[in-house]
Amino acid sequence: MTHRSAKDPAPVLALRGISKSFGAVRALRDVSLDLFPGEVHALAGENGAGKSTLIKTLAGVHRPDSGQVLLDGEPVTFHGPADARDAGIAVIYQEPTLFPDLSIAENIFMGRQPRRALGRIDHRATRTATAALMHRLGVELDPDRPARGLSIADQQIVEIAKALSFDARVLIMDEPTAALTGSEVARLFGVVRALREQGAAVLFISHRLEEIFRICERVTTLRDGALIAGEPLAGMTEEDLVRRMVGRDLDELYPKQHVEAGEVALSVRRLTREGVFTDVSFDVRCGEIVGMAGLVGAGRTEVARTVFGVDRWDAGEVEVAGRALVNGAPSAAMAAGLALVPEDRRAQGLVMGMSIERNIGLTGLRATRRAGLMDRGAERSRSLDWAVRLQVKYARIADAVSTLSGGNQQKVVLAKWLATGPAVLIVDEPTRGIDVGTKAEVHRLLSALAADGVAVLMISSDLPEILGMADRVLVMHEGRLTAEIPRSDATEETVMAAATGRAAA
Amino acid sequence: MTVTTTEPAPVAPIPASSSTRLVDRVFKMRELAIFVLLLAILALTQLGNSAFLSEQGIKDLLLNATILVLVATGQALVVITRNVDLSVGSTLGISAFAAGTYLQSGGHPVVAVVLAVLLGVGFGLLNGLLVSLGQVPALVVTLGTLYIIRGIDSIWVGSRQITAADLPDGFVDFGSAGISAVPWLALIALAVLVSTAYYLRHFGSGRELYALGSNPEAARLAGIPVRRRILLAYTFCGALAGLAGALYLARFGNVDSGTGSGYELTVVSAVVVGGVVFTGGSGTVYGAALGALLLTSVNSVLPALGVSSVWVLAINGILLILAIAVDRIVALRVASALKKRNARHG
Repeated sequence: MTHRSAKDPAPVLALRGISKSFGAVRALRDVSLDLFPGEVHALAGENGAGKSTLIKTLAGVHRPDSGQVLLDGEPVTFHGPADARDAGIAVIYQEPTLFPDLSIAENIFMGRQPRRALGRIDHRATRTATAALMHRLGVELDPDRPARGLSIADQQIVEIAKALSFDARVLIMDEPTAALTGSEVARLFGVVRALREQGAAVLFISHRLEEIFRICERVTTLRDGALIAGEPLAGMTEEDLVRRMVGRDLDELYPKQHVEAGEVALSVRRLTREGVFTDVSFDVRCGEIVGMAGLVGAGRTEVARTVFGVDRWDAGEVEVAGRALVNGAPSAAMAAGLALVPEDRRAQGLVMGMSIERNIGLTGLRATRRAGLMDRGAERSRSLDWAVRLQVKYARIADAVSTLSGGNQQKVVLAKWLATGPAVLIVDEPTRGIDVGTKAEVHRLLSALAADGVAVLMISSDLPEILGMADRVLVMHEGRLTAEIPRSDATEETVMAAATGRAAA
Repeated sequence: MTVTTTEPAPVAPIPASSSTRLVDRVFKMRELAIFVLLLAILALTQLGNSAFLSEQGIKDLLLNATILVLVATGQALVVITRNVDLSVGSTLGISAFAAGTYLQSGGHPVVAVVLAVLLGVGFGLLNGLLVSLGQVPALVVTLGTLYIIRGIDSIWVGSRQITAADLPDGFVDFGSAGISAVPWLALIALAVLVSTAYYLRHFGSGRELYALGSNPEAARLAGIPVRRRILLAYTFCGALAGLAGALYLARFGNVDSGTGSGYELTVVSAVVVGGVVFTGGSGTVYGAALGALLLTSVNSVLPALGVSSVWVLAINGILLILAIAVDRIVALRVASALKKRNARHG
């Protein structure tokens, strides 16, 4: 890694004293940033620190209230995303923004298709160019395939191909690794390094600190919309970075308490859902946190959904506290004391437009009913109680959940399920896309629940989280349970070996 | 800028992957299925009533379908952008009366058609502006303009009526003449249809209509001028409704304040039956035209078979629900096929 900035001090893109407000909320206050060619620059900060606003300012989506955007030292104004794109700035958003109905080739070249006479689109050239891009990226994706149904990793490849297709000089990546597995991250980093060699400036956002240290040379830290520091990463430790982000020393990120495991609370026997997963058996005991690792698409989420009854199983059985569950009946699973905090909180965990109070209240519609009618007072006090216990940060409990930051939304989902007093809690990617501070709080909460005798099954793609929190690690590979590793033997190597199918488990 | 990954890039010939072929087949099948169904209905009717597909029979069939095909083509464009235009029936009615009034006072037929189209363009622009600037659901906005335009029409027309006797003979003749069994009006509709399909497939702004229907947020981020494109779709839809008004006048020669009332629902049915998905981003105008042809055929088939025409509406409804059910089942099948493929390559 070389510091190109030392010998080539001219930033290709820079922000000078940028401020931006949305109504009363000051999202950015006097922020400056320099992106140098041939350098990967990290943007760090907790959720709500203003990272997204900053990116959207660079991308031409937001126009700053004050301050300047400099391109090659010249002030520019982007009137829209197209202006930024024409200036050679490519943005890969956290959630890839593809057109599901259109082909990969059309997704890459939308708005910039090669033309024939009379302005007609040259479909063949579009297809050939796409194939060439995929080849350069070393990926096998059919240009004519519709984007619908692509894995997140492949969707990001399409986004990167889009950036390559217009020779982007600045590549902005907003949490590109949040939904990727280890090998996909490695592939992505290979591409990023290659782009850096070509002299591109990369702005990289990630909540995984080790990734920042792995690939970035310089870091800019934001807190509450204000610039805290812009400095080289060399010589910094993770603790230094965390202190800048949260403004205080962080207690241990994985506060796992030791708990003696009790009775078997959840027992899954030879569970099979055809074409999705096969012959999955495991137990979770009271007081235990069992981690479930594996690559994205290994079938972990599907197992959780099936156990909870969202999907039906084709063979096998599930018992909660010794009593068999009915196939495909979430309400029976809930009655038996099962709770599932789903992976995608926006789509499956919350009703975004509804208030915090009502969202938490959803799981208690039976409990807070009087003579068939909702008891609004009971619902409110139940919701308030849980929102306070989980330290959800909100203005009023009647505010819509969509106004909360990602971390606080996740707490609302947890509150909603904890309010049911579950004996078995299944959490699917409990800390994906939430900041370090909230992450530590969620971990402490899970640990405390286990100490109270709740059986916790934690699905996670965040390997340090699995290793830090789980008493036992179950590993899935291509729809099968390939390993069960006790806490003492669980290392990054043993888990990844089983997850990629290399282990003789 | 060339990029090479650190991992050795395998020389990958582009595979004509099974999933692509499957998806392609399904979508082509969707239009093919309607076509086959249409042929089957016509063939069965011909068996039951040999006079059905006479030269005059075919001509009537095509004449009946022409106006619906035109309006459905415009509507398809709007539906592809994940919007809808419910005011097309009202626009058709008022354009037809405007063209008729102008002809009544001795105007030239070509100018009358242009007048009808321009009136449609005007209402299309109004709808497009309200939908794209107001950020209000298109269903509500165009329901509003449906009543507004119908209201203006009623005030203006009152109890007046235009009949074929008020119109120049050439204009009325044109409405039913043609090359043997193919009426001129059908040829006009066909020309509009083919050029619209070509535009949608081969021009950037045409593809952008699909893009913004498929994912509006992504379209905005891709720098597509979303408002201008929506405005374009509505204007085009309005123009075709206006043109359809003029052709309606030529075909039937009879217009009053109720003309085209309730027509929007038939148009939307035709579009959906034809496989243009209501949530935007997919479907073709050919599909919409086939849907229109199918619905009008049912209309003509029942009387030819001696079945009471009161059945027509019920059958239209059944076709509509059948189409949506088929779409849903096909979508689920395709999704699971793609998922399985991903898992295998995973």
